[in-house]
Amino acid sequence: MMKLADLTRQTSEWMRGAGPMHDVVISSRVRLARNLAGMPFLSRCSDEQKTGIVERLRTEILAGGLAKDLFYVDVAAASELDCQLLVERHLISRQHAESDHPRGVAISGDETIALMINEEDHLRMQVLRSGMQLHEAFDEINRIDDALGERVDFSYSDKFGFLTACPTNVGTGLRVSVMMHLPALKLSGEIEKALRGARDMRLAIRGLYGEGTDAIGDIFQISNQITLGLSEERIVEEFTGVVVPEFLRYERAAREALLKHNPTEVDDRIFRSLALLQSARKITAEETMYRLSMVRLGIYIERIKGLDLKATNELFLLAAPAHLQKVHGDEVAEDKLDEVRAEFLRQRLADL
Amino acid sequence: MKHKCDKCDKPATVHLTEILGGKKIEKHLCEECAAEEGITIKANVPISQLLEDFVLQAAEETETEPEITCDVCGMNFSEFREHGQLGCPNDYEVFSPMLEKMLAQAHGGANQHVGKVPIHADQTQKKQNAILRLRAELKEMITAEQYERAAVLRDQIKEMEAG
Repeated sequence: MMKLADLTRQTSEWMRGAGPMHDVVISSRVRLARNLAGMPFLSRCSDEQKTGIVERLRTEILAGGLAKDLFYVDVAAASELDCQLLVERHLISRQHAESDHPRGVAISGDETIALMINEEDHLRMQVLRSGMQLHEAFDEINRIDDALGERVDFSYSDKFGFLTACPTNVGTGLRVSVMMHLPALKLSGEIEKALRGARDMRLAIRGLYGEGTDAIGDIFQISNQITLGLSEERIVEEFTGVVVPEFLRYERAAREALLKHNPTEVDDRIFRSLALLQSARKITAEETMYRLSMVRLGIYIERIKGLDLKATNELFLLAAPAHLQKVHGDEVAEDKLDEVRAEFLRQRLADL
Repeated sequence: MKHKCDKCDKPATVHLTEILGGKKIEKHLCEECAAEEGITIKANVPISQLLEDFVLQAAEETETEPEITCDVCGMNFSEFREHGQLGCPNDYEVFSPMLEKMLAQAHGGANQHVGKVPIHADQTQKKQNAILRLRAELKEMITAEQYERAAVLRDQIKEMEAG
């Protein structure tokens, strides 16, 4: 059985740097929001009821048959650092990490499945996979939802579908998102136009860590906002058939154009970023993201050899604050973190 | 033909045709100049903003009306407006008239679920939704002039309604 402490020693499935269209699509994520029938939503639950929900769902989830090697983390009892670690690995949301009532998460050994209990709704189920695998991710979450639906009744109405605490999730309760790496669109200044197109389609654009975060390092998370009046298949299809192919086409064309018209400019940015990561003595998490993003571009277009996408993805994660602290000892002082990060990156990138 | 922006030399991406005093006027602008002129391509407002707008609007409309309170969880509509979170599933029934308006704004005009039906919901419900979903698709196919697919859908609906 896996434990929380084992996480930093393994690579999440979504970080493999593989999967279809991985030159642009880093990962695909689907989540379903569900609430137990006959129970109030969390804002109207007593502590006793909240504990009851955790117990009920934890038991049913861990009863078997849902997914292979699920392990459970009592988020309410976990340290702040462990909670942040889970956020950095996209296994729980920031909101889940920061609230203060009984709650938990069941995670599969390969980290593709995370079932959050008592987030905004009683249950938030997510499947996360590397590259463009929305259909596969949806099939899996749907299967889990069916299996769990055999054992518990979810709040549902004919008219409004699955009932959620916030009406913006009602209906399917489905949120589909893709994390895309769009460095060339950003460099060429076409990113705003592309993102505006997405907004016109009623899609939400967020940064790496979801809700309320800015896009850093040219990584954008695009997700649906409409959950009512469309079937799950239609919502997924909009992404697989329209949104992702469009972004893919734009980004690939922008990369080609940049290489054709400004190869020196592109190389300059890539190698400056690499040199900085190889020699800085202090570096923030944010700058690391940005520089690594350029390095990723360098790998895609075969300018940087001897480093692969998986290794770069690992650096993204291991250089994030909680991971850095976890790996280098819990007692690293906050103001020393940038120095520790720089040293770690220098070591990892020394042999290139 | 590619136009340059009427105001600067950038390529025009916003093209407008206005009829003013019986005269046809064409405008070609780049995005910046269009924005300066107050012309923007109709962008969709984020949901949080819609929710807020609706809430404010509803606040004005309902000020004189008696407050509706859920008899199950005790939530009233002003409280929901303040926090954006409902108290219990019954709120969807109780606040239905106001919610439907808001949901339509937030979900592109829709106020009826056409997605998955849970295993335990009875078969009639499942069937109704399936038919509803087919109807929505049928409507779309007709608009898109995909008549072959439309014919197939129509048959499916007939079959389901009969059986």
